[in-house]
Amino acid sequence: MSDPHDTHDFQKSVKRYLFVFYALIVGTVVTVMASRLHINSVALTVAIALFIACVKGFLVAGYFMHLISEKKMIYGILLTTVFFFAGLMYLTVWSMNPESLVHIR
Amino acid sequence: MEIPYVVEPRPDTGLFNAKVGIWLFLASEVMLFGALFSAYILLRVGAAPGEWPHGLLNVWLGMANTIVLIVSSITVVMAWASLKFKNFSNFKKYQAVTLLCALTFLGIKSYEYHDKFVHYEIQLNDGRVVDGHMLENDAEKVVIHGHYVDKAEAAKVTHGWQEAEIKEIEIPVKKSDIKYMENYGPRHNTYTAIYFTLTGLHALHVIGGALVIGFIWGPGAGMWKTDPERYTNRIEISGLFWHFVDLVWIFLFPVLYLL
Repeated sequence: MSDPHDTHDFQKSVKRYLFVFYALIVGTVVTVMASRLHINSVALTVAIALFIACVKGFLVAGYFMHLISEKKMIYGILLTTVFFFAGLMYLTVWSMNPESLVHIR
Repeated sequence: MEIPYVVEPRPDTGLFNAKVGIWLFLASEVMLFGALFSAYILLRVGAAPGEWPHGLLNVWLGMANTIVLIVSSITVVMAWASLKFKNFSNFKKYQAVTLLCALTFLGIKSYEYHDKFVHYEIQLNDGRVVDGHMLENDAEKVVIHGHYVDKAEAAKVTHGWQEAEIKEIEIPVKKSDIKYMENYGPRHNTYTAIYFTLTGLHALHVIGGALVIGFIWGPGAGMWKTDPERYTNRIEISGLFWHFVDLVWIFLFPVLYLL
């Protein structure tokens, strides 16, 4: 985490944390409201909910976990994780396509 | 023997060792929860039309738990910032709120689990199905607060709000009329199985995180006097784990409660 060095920095950090906190609360309320909008398309409902969750996830990881100002080593660990996570999700989606699988008949 | 790099950064990584350690651990946690999310996707997409339940969980309780975890996240980061400014009493207050939030989260989750264990699906001998919460269970009859399931109508439900519009009444059922009865525990269907697995594993993380934070806050607080920088680093590391727990819930909430 980046260290707040003086009182001014500290106040700036607190303001930023509070902003993220309010944004997360608003994001949660918007997610619930959007799910009750009676949208008939399931795909659109899923897309809206996951988009808001991704924005909230970015705020937590970026500001509360201070990933926006971390050392290269941490980014290296995370990039490796993203690579394997993406591979896992790709395999999941790929396995749902019956043509890509060899089925035992 | 003194352990190296618990406070000062290693020259090659630029980080103290525990920080590299926690991020490697969190990377493995991403893969653990990723595998379970992958299982969720496969179960959900593989479910026959109309078979995946909607509106089974109380959205308001899920939302309350989300807010509780968000509050705990900001108190964790504020506790760390307080230590950076040598304000130990503020740190104690913020972390006390974090621990209270953890207990609140677990309390709400326990209530939700209990709600599923008293929620029953009852198949009657005449082919009808009753679904609802058990109010009474004696030797001769059970009383359910719920509704008769219309399978054709149930298949059309694709959103939680549609399920919420179903009217519920008190239904007494003679035990001799019951063919099969089961609560909404983990074995009920694939949805409850993955719901209990994901939220159970997450709750274990909340318990683990709260124990660590509680130890550092209480019995382990003496280190603040002997080695304040190392103590502050401990708060940072436990905080990173706590934020990860919050991050996982941010995705669990819409996936399990709203979609």
